[in-house]
Amino acid sequence: MTVNSVCEKLGLGVCNLADGEREVDGVYAGDLLSWVMGHAECSNVLVTIMSNINTLAVASLLDLSCVILSESVKPDKEFADTAKEKEINVFTSSLTTYELCAKLSEIL
Amino acid sequence: MDNSAPLEFHFVVDGNDFTSAGEASVEVKKILRRIGLDSEVIRRVSIAMYEAEINMVIHAGGGEADVSVTTDRITLVMTDKGPGIADIELAMREGYSTAPDNIRSLGFGAGMGLPNIKRYTDELHIESEVGKGTKITMSVNI
Ligand SMILES: Nc1ncnc2c1ncn2[C@@H]1O[C@H](COP(=O)(O)OP(=O)(O)O)[C@@H](O)[C@H]1O
Ligand SMILES: [Mg+2]
Repeated sequence: MTVNSVCEKLGLGVCNLADGEREVDGVYAGDLLSWVMGHAECSNVLVTIMSNINTLAVASLLDLSCVILSESVKPDKEFADTAKEKEINVFTSSLTTYELCAKLSEIL
Repeated sequence: MDNSAPLEFHFVVDGNDFTSAGEASVEVKKILRRIGLDSEVIRRVSIAMYEAEINMVIHAGGGEADVSVTTDRITLVMTDKGPGIADIELAMREGYSTAPDNIRSLGFGAGMGLPNIKRYTDELHIESEVGKGTKITMSVNI
């Protein structure tokens, strides 16, 4: 499934859309970035509440397909600008991390 | 590429800017991609270098990174003039961290950095002297 379809099916807000045709492969959820770094896989969706720039470095290094900021976390301008510059797909949602993962499990 | 002439890259890691930490790792990843290396190899190098880079910023006020690529391996040497590590065995344990609370609130300081490095590299060698600094040498076989 593509990033665009995930965005649409989950009703996500768009913070930055770099490549909507990117294929999604699996999901990882977590806020401890070192833990995410060691465990998330290439093309995973990352569901997290961690909205600092370091999240984007992790997404970029691991080649994640997109980042979903859960629980109504709002990225600031610096985050959005960096996502754009690094060409990382970033979405937002008012759903909890659990709810997002449950829905992702249904559609993927 | 031949073994006698490795590709070499040098980076300075700014210790004052936590938000830009990881830039050297992202740069190295791009280079390795351009060379056309296997994506699993690139992933392992990226994880190891990123954790070491973050450690230099959080714990040592920045430092330098030297990367060399030969036909059979990628070697990363990360050097800093920080406080050093008194007990390396303890520092290697999962969950051990001396990171301050403000760093924890940014998602780091889980004490997983060195264990991640160990897990994703083929060789890891840490030399450290308290009050002088730390040199971490890592390699990933191609
Ligand atoms: N470059 C370094 N200089 C000084 N101390 C370090 C360095 N790298 C790691 N350490 C020490 O080793 C501990 C464990 O490192 P790590 O496993 O990366 O966990 P974390 O960075 O989350 O604390 C750190 O908390 C710190 O005390
Ligand atoms: Mg660390």
